[in-house]
Amino acid sequence: MNKKKWMRVAIPIISILIALLIASIIIIWIGKGSFAERFDFLVKAYTEMVKGAFGNKTAIMNTIIKMTPLILTGLAVGFGFRAGVFNIGAEGQMAMGALTATIFAVNAASLPSFVAIPLTMIVGMLAGAVWAGIAGFLKAKTGAHEVITTIMLNWIAYNITNWAVTDPFNAGGGIPKSPEIASSAKLPNLLTSQASFMSFGILIAIAAAVVIYIILYKTSMGYEVKAVGFNPYAAEYGGINVSKNIILTMAISGALAGLAGTLESIGLYYRFYGTLSSGKGFDGISIALIGQNNPFGIIAASLLIGGLRTGSNQMQFVGVPKHIVMIIQSIIIFLVAAERMVMTIMGWNRKKGAK
Amino acid sequence: MNIFKAILDAFANPIFYKLTLSAATPLLFASLGGLFSEKTGVTNIALEGIMLLGAFSGVMGSALFGSPWIGVILAMMVGVAAAALHAWASINFQADQIVSATAIILLAQGLTGFLLEPVFGKPGSTDIYDKIPEIKLEFLGKGSFLYEMIGSLSPFVYLALILVVVSTLIISTTKLGLRMRAVGENPEAADTLGVSVYGVRWFGVLMSGLLASLGGAYLSVGELGQFTENMTNGKGFIALAALILGNWTPKGALFACLLFGAADAMNEQLQSNPSLAISSSVKPLFNLIPFVITLIVVAGFVGKTRAPAASGTPYEKKG
Repeated sequence: MNKKKWMRVAIPIISILIALLIASIIIIWIGKGSFAERFDFLVKAYTEMVKGAFGNKTAIMNTIIKMTPLILTGLAVGFGFRAGVFNIGAEGQMAMGALTATIFAVNAASLPSFVAIPLTMIVGMLAGAVWAGIAGFLKAKTGAHEVITTIMLNWIAYNITNWAVTDPFNAGGGIPKSPEIASSAKLPNLLTSQASFMSFGILIAIAAAVVIYIILYKTSMGYEVKAVGFNPYAAEYGGINVSKNIILTMAISGALAGLAGTLESIGLYYRFYGTLSSGKGFDGISIALIGQNNPFGIIAASLLIGGLRTGSNQMQFVGVPKHIVMIIQSIIIFLVAAERMVMTIMGWNRKKGAK
Repeated sequence: MNIFKAILDAFANPIFYKLTLSAATPLLFASLGGLFSEKTGVTNIALEGIMLLGAFSGVMGSALFGSPWIGVILAMMVGVAAAALHAWASINFQADQIVSATAIILLAQGLTGFLLEPVFGKPGSTDIYDKIPEIKLEFLGKGSFLYEMIGSLSPFVYLALILVVVSTLIISTTKLGLRMRAVGENPEAADTLGVSVYGVRWFGVLMSGLLASLGGAYLSVGELGQFTENMTNGKGFIALAALILGNWTPKGALFACLLFGAADAMNEQLQSNPSLAISSSVKPLFNLIPFVITLIVVAGFVGKTRAPAASGTPYEKKG
């Protein structure tokens, strides 16, 4: 079965459409009254969603704010996929990166901004890289599957960060949170609208996508990573050190997730909250798949998921629980993973007739 | 040292053993489920999601039909349906098994969170509904050590233990078990000999759904009578680790699950021991212990135990 180039774009788009269609059926189902009333409910729900995501300047800013960490976790997962590693632990790497970066940033008052900001980002990336590197090391040295190890590391990170902000690093007050970071470590704003603001984070995320694109397509390191992902045995035979590449891939992947957490801290909340990552790491999986592991595809997919997430908050007001977004995402992942299913539905699958 | 005394206290307390059994039970169901699937060559990391669906449907059945038993039946049906999605994608369409399972976990989290409000009228968690009554062994003498330990256990605990025996028999003595092993080790050879690779794999995956959903139903209608969002808390993944530690045998899974259950029970006992006076802010540090143990076990035992050779590899029927 030949997967043509245009299908790489067409399959995610068709998957998105099918997922939205199924979500529509669910929304009609939970609606009340006659079919016409239910249909109105559906139209209203989607209208609210679009308004919530792109309706005015503040909405668009909120979507871009949501998108920023998603680009990075999407890149984290996508880069891993390229090397045949499934990093399902972006969630934990994001939390560890954010916590470490926040601790550094809280104590960075004596540094000027042009030193404090890059250093904080490096600290956050290193923490994410180390956290993911554990899983990479275990996979390379013992063969422990990264899916199980990164999930365990997520839970460990969740408990460590929770402990940190309730006990030694607590700012007081009701919810567990860290003290505010030094103002020299805060990212400057790119845009403001009424009470909301949007930092330069989005530009950093896009720059990261460009860097990953260059690594993947223009460097020998990227070539090795892809070779390991394509066929580890052939890569080994060809003289590539597979173990080293797996650890390196995990570390880069974790650094990206750590940066996602860092930007949330220094560009949005100015402190660490226990719930800072709240599913953004897992969203990275959907985003990498929708974006077909291509850095620019990932930016587009982040816009979609970021929009869905912001829009779904608005949709809640008309009575559709925001979990609908998770359902939509799961159907998209499912269909993109089973792309042959989509190809069969569309009748692109001529070979199928033989069975 | 207070901590050593607290550990000894726990070992001397019958409740520790009871907690071990009840913590091991959901893991054991899911682990046996994973075993059926992996023996036929399909990894199913969706156990976590299927358990969550099972837990939700268990309470839903209990709430809507007034009987937790109907809840259990509903849970099994939903678990099999979710597993069927995984089977369909990963067997018939050769989808990446890990990614397809991830989709099912996300679907389970989304669907259960989404339906909480329409079905139970409030988000976050449900009210407490009827649960399956414990089996009372009064002849052990109320108040005795043995009674405190096993005198009042959920029928799920017994069912899980029975299933260890049944699974062992199915896998190692029946024709079906032989076919499962053949398909999981060398699907090409099995296919040549006329075994339906797809059929056997479907059976394995559906069994995993059935068993994992029972594990989930135990958490809700077997233990609490309530569903709370994401209540499985990584148990599906710990069950997978138990499978590795138990070397892909039912008996091994039993011992591994008991070990993880004991870690959980010890954690609970230490946290509630007044002589240690553990403040609530340090509790997260204790809660991470089971995950650290799992991580060490997975890293230490994988490779020393052996997975079915074709596990995780899609098989495309020839011609």
